Formats: sequence, structure tokens, C-alpha cells
Amino acid sequence: MDIDKERLTHHISRQFNVELEDLRNRVLTMGGLVEDQIARAVRALVEGDVELAEQVITNDYQVNALEVAIDEECTHILARRQPAASDLRLIVAVIKTITDLERMGDEAERIARMAIHLAALDRPRSQYLEIQNLGDHVRELTHAALDAFARMDAEAAAQVAQRDTKVDLEYEGIIRQSVTHMMEDPRAIARTLDVMWSARALERIGDHARNICEYVIYLVKGKDVRHTSLEQMEKAARGE
Amino acid sequence: MNDIPEKPTLDDAPPSHAIRIGDIPRGETRRDLSQEEIALQVRGLRLYYGEKEALKGIDMDIPRTRVTAFIGPSGCGKSTLLRCFNRMNDLVDGVRIEGQILLDGQDIYAPELDVAELRRRVGMVFQKPNPFPKSIYENVAYGLRIQGINDRRILDEVVEKSLRRAALWDEVKDRLQDNALGLSGGQQQRLVIARAVAVEPEVLLLDEPASALDPISTLKIEELIYELKSNYTIVIVTHNMQQAARVSDYTAFMYLGELIEFDDTDTLFTNPAKKQTEDYITGRYG
Repeated sequence: MDIDKERLTHHISRQFNVELEDLRNRVLTMGGLVEDQIARAVRALVEGDVELAEQVITNDYQVNALEVAIDEECTHILARRQPAASDLRLIVAVIKTITDLERMGDEAERIARMAIHLAALDRPRSQYLEIQNLGDHVRELTHAALDAFARMDAEAAAQVAQRDTKVDLEYEGIIRQSVTHMMEDPRAIARTLDVMWSARALERIGDHARNICEYVIYLVKGKDVRHTSLEQMEKAARGE
Repeated sequence: MNDIPEKPTLDDAPPSHAIRIGDIPRGETRRDLSQEEIALQVRGLRLYYGEKEALKGIDMDIPRTRVTAFIGPSGCGKSTLLRCFNRMNDLVDGVRIEGQILLDGQDIYAPELDVAELRRRVGMVFQKPNPFPKSIYENVAYGLRIQGINDRRILDEVVEKSLRRAALWDEVKDRLQDNALGLSGGQQQRLVIARAVAVEPEVLLLDEPASALDPISTLKIEELIYELKSNYTIVIVTHNMQQAARVSDYTAFMYLGELIEFDDTDTLFTNPAKKQTEDYITGRYG
């Protein structure tokens, strides 16, 4: 049966309620931190702000530390509570979600490193507008995925996953444009490669956000929608 | 610029995540009740203790050579239902039963049915080990002796086979003539299981078989259940949900005399269909 947020804390054991609520909050904290890292990495790149980029790189350890801490908490709950049904699905979804969040953090760090490279080079006419746009979309996607997780909303998760397709298209566009730039102006190859890598990192972040949406559908509906079509995913989210 | 090969767009090619649709098996380990051979069929079963309706119309199929677990809070009727399968409730005053239970298609409440024969075919093990105050050997041989079998050779053979099946042989083979009451609780429970399987039943009913045992003995009983299911249809009542999840292939959740949900154990414990089931197995209040 479906699970919703309110029912998370209806256990006879109040201590268990506290543990699950705490776990959920920590995932959201980690998600918020990752969102922030993505936004700052993109800003550092677009504005050529080396100091900000360095901050993003140093802050990645916080994301990693949260991953380790939440993992440990999940292990404790599994060992002590032997959760079943929706509780079990919550733990499984959390373990998977934080793996994706940690990778998203790594991608943000990667973008920050590109930002430092790029800050030393001439700025293109576009002022990295394409990265700015892609970055905005990916950050919104991440935010919406985490929001679906927070509200335990499977249908919202399916809609977010659908938006990832647009991010993929936008990424393809940037790659095509970059190839053109490199052919037109071989001196811009170094810079363009970094732009491509950054776009690639953002596209990967979108994929991770989509994964999180899949875990939300698993959590709420008990259906594994990984590696299925968007239609199948939507059907599962509607409970069909 | 014109000679740049156009990259295929997402419109041209199916998205990468859609390519392998249907290739990935899901739920492969799940069992499917509709594919099972059925040993016991319960049809519209109602049981009254005097005025009180303890079972309110149960319909279910118990699959052959599988382990079926009954779970539910105290007083939900799971033990009552289990006892119906070998007519143990006949012994309780004021019990009235309606509906049918079919064992291999035969109504076990039919008037012409031989109850002693039914109880040979449907063995039962209780919460507290109840060996007879006799030797280990005689405990296991008991069922055959009351069938009039006294041939020493046959008895020896059956006693050894049964004790081996109950995973007790190695521990008792050198003291078969010792009194059974000298065994530990876990050993006594396995002895009782050996006594039950000695008469070659088809169905084995286990009513909280491990709740009075320590964790190691419990694991031995669970291991034994796993071994036994290739030969017997096993129905187990347990308060220990983890135990039900570990040992059973199918699980039935009962509440207030009704069968709320009956499904393969993996589904019931990861994604139950009913709220009452979810609340019970996750320890929630409604």
C-alpha cells in the first residue's frame, strides 16, 4: 500500500518515529547542501570567481561526511529495528538516494575545478550563458526531486523525471555548439573542452536527480521503475 | 561547418533508458500462488466458540510442499484456524464449525471421515515441547506402535530416519534409550517434530514452535522447517514476524477472525496491499 509523510511517524515505538524522522531530515539537509554546491559551482564558473570555486571544492567533504553518517544510521536501523514494508522501502530508498546525492556533490566539485581553469582563460562572447541556463535547469530539477522525496509524492517524482529529458536535449545542444566552436577557432579548444566537461557534469547531475525520483516512486508505491520508460514510470506513480 | 556530421537527437533515437525495456527481470524470486498445487482448501469457514464468532468466513488455499505462515495479533484466530486443519477444535466444548476444509479434495469434516487417520495425515507440533515420559526411541516409535507396527527392524529404520529428518540424530544416537525429558527444550521440540514426521504425514502444523526456545535452538528449528518443506506442506503460526519472513513462502495476515491479506512472503513484507497489514508488520497504530 502507498505510504505518505504523515504515516511515517505513526509507529507504536516513539523512538522509532524519532529515528525515521531524523533520517529523513538528514537526507533533506544533505540534499539542500548539494543543491547549494551545484548553484555555487555554476556561479563560480559563469562569473569566473576562483575563491567561490575553491569554497565549493573544500565543502565537498561535508557532503561526503553526511553520506557516511546517514549510511551508518541506516545500518543501525536495519540492525536494531528490522524494518518491514514502507519502513524497509524508506531505508532502501535513503541508502540509494544519498549515493546519488554524493555523486552530484562530486560533479559540483568537478564543475568548480573547471571554473578555476576557465577563470585563467579569455571569456567567450556568450559569457557562459549556456552553462548558466543548463545549471539553472539542473538545479531546479534537483530541487524538485528532493521536494518530491520530502513530500513523498510519486506523481510529482514522475513529472520531475520527465523533465530530465529536456536537460539531456539541452546538453546535446551545448555539445553540438562546442564542436562548431572548436572547428571555427582552434585556439578556443582548451576552453571549449572545459565547457563541455562542465555541461557533461550538469547532465550527469540531472540523471542522478532522475534516479532519486525513481527511488521516490519505489518508496511510495513499492514499484521498481529503474530502467523503464517514462510511460511505465508514470503508470507506476499513478498506482496502475 | 556543413560537413559536421549531425548527431542523432533524442527524437531520432529512443532514449538510452528505454532501449532495454522488458529485458530486466523484476520480481523473479516472487512466488505465485496460482502456479502452486493446493494441499488444503478452506471454503467459507466459520467457527463459533459458543456465541462468539472466532473465524468469520475464511477462504484460502494452502499450497503443497510450501511453508505458509499465519501472523496476526493475539486473538485474531490464527491458532484456531490452524487447529481446524486436524480437527483439534473438536475437543473444545461449545465449538461449532460451518464451511469446508478440503484435504486433497476430501472434506475433513465429513461424518464418515476417520479423525485418527486425519491426524496421522496432518501432524501437529505445539508451542511447548510435549514429549512423552518415555525413552527417545519410544517417543518416535509411538505413532507406529499405535498403528500396530512392532517389527523391530522397521521401527529402528523409521526412528533413525525421523530423527535424521528432525536434525536430531547426531545428538541422540548414542542415548536412544534415555528418557526424552532429559533433553534440552530445543532438542525436545525437534524430538516432537521427529515423532510427528515418523508417521509420514502430508501436512505439518506448527503452533509457535520456537517461541519457548533460545535463539540458537530457534534457528535450528527454522533450518529444520526449510529442510522439511521439500516433503511436507507446512503451516506455521508465529508471533515473531521476522521468523515468518525468514521461514515462509507465503504469509497470511489475520485480524479479528478475518483473513486480511494472503500473499507471497516477499510481497507481503515489502509492499503489502492492505493498510491493516502494513500497520501490523511495521508496528504502527491505525
